[in-house]
Amino acid sequence: MSREVYERLVEEFPETSLEYLEEKDPAISVKADDLFEVARHLKEKQGYDYLSAVTGVDYPDRFEVVYHLYSMREKKGVVVLKVHASKEDPEVPSLVPLWPGANFQEREVYDLIGIRFAGHPDLKRVLLWEGYEGHPLRKDFPTEGYQTIGQEELS
Amino acid sequence: MTEEEYIDQQIKRNVVITTIDKIYNWGRRSSVWPMSFGLACCAFEMICAAAARFDLARFGMEMMRPTPRQADLMIVAGTVTKKMAPQVVRLYDQMPEPKYVLAMGACAISGGPFKDTYNVVNGIDTYLPVDVYVPGCPPRPEALLEGFIKLHQMIEGQTILTSPWYRKEVEREMPVPVLGPQGLVIPGEGDE
Ligand code: SF4
Repeated sequence: MSREVYERLVEEFPETSLEYLEEKDPAISVKADDLFEVARHLKEKQGYDYLSAVTGVDYPDRFEVVYHLYSMREKKGVVVLKVHASKEDPEVPSLVPLWPGANFQEREVYDLIGIRFAGHPDLKRVLLWEGYEGHPLRKDFPTEGYQTIGQEELS
Repeated sequence: MTEEEYIDQQIKRNVVITTIDKIYNWGRRSSVWPMSFGLACCAFEMICAAAARFDLARFGMEMMRPTPRQADLMIVAGTVTKKMAPQVVRLYDQMPEPKYVLAMGACAISGGPFKDTYNVVNGIDTYLPVDVYVPGCPPRPEALLEGFIKLHQMIEGQTILTSPWYRKEVEREMPVPVLGPQGLVIPGEGDE
């Protein structure tokens, strides 16, 4: 499924650098700058009307955001888009204008991994509370967690 | 039968001598009303225990009160997240005396599978005085019933003379933790 979509994308966007990742679940790698236009094309021209998941991944050298797209009307999918974000300043464009369902999912990725979504209407923490420090699903977050009261007596 | 013999007989039949404690504790332990709230998967075992097969009504506990003002027992059934813990402590503070806490499941006892993570409290006994621990993940309803029986035994062993809730000098209100930058902080006690 991703193969045909990829070939059509290459025709439509000759000047952008797309990459086809042949894995167990084939994916299309997109540059963050082109993400919005590619996603808009997929939604409006190819009928992918359902954004099922927005996932953040923390790799040693980069952050990655993964999008899973389906088409409810034409019953097709899945198309996987992958976007890289830098370690120092992770930011990718928000897809909320295309799929409103991305709203809370992007907030969750921001909350737990700390990737910012440019253009998100209300980017704030969704699971943790306001005023929390750090992003707990990052690999550099202390595994044992921060000290909580009562722990000193136990250990 | 003379009148005196008759009165004697009636006294034997109708007068019982016992201690205040016994009556008081019998009344209390026969109608412990739990508060109906569940925090995670353990709550379903609690619901099971209340339903027909295990039937909490046999212990006088079928009245699950949806308000802390009418409850005697707080069953902490499930994972206490840091975001939820202040509300749990607040509910405890709103319960009238005498009140008891039962920690149900590994999560409520120690954090369970989520111990030492960024969002889960390492056991509700950090913030509340727990009377009965029911281990398991989740505990079966029988285990919960055993916990209730233990609680009843504990109530029967208490005496009105030393019960803390009739004493003026005993402070039983637990401080409500607040959400800090990395976890829960008890106000006035410095950082965690
Ligand atoms: S102890 Fe187990 S069953 Fe109970 S709330 Fe925790 S994870 Fe769920």
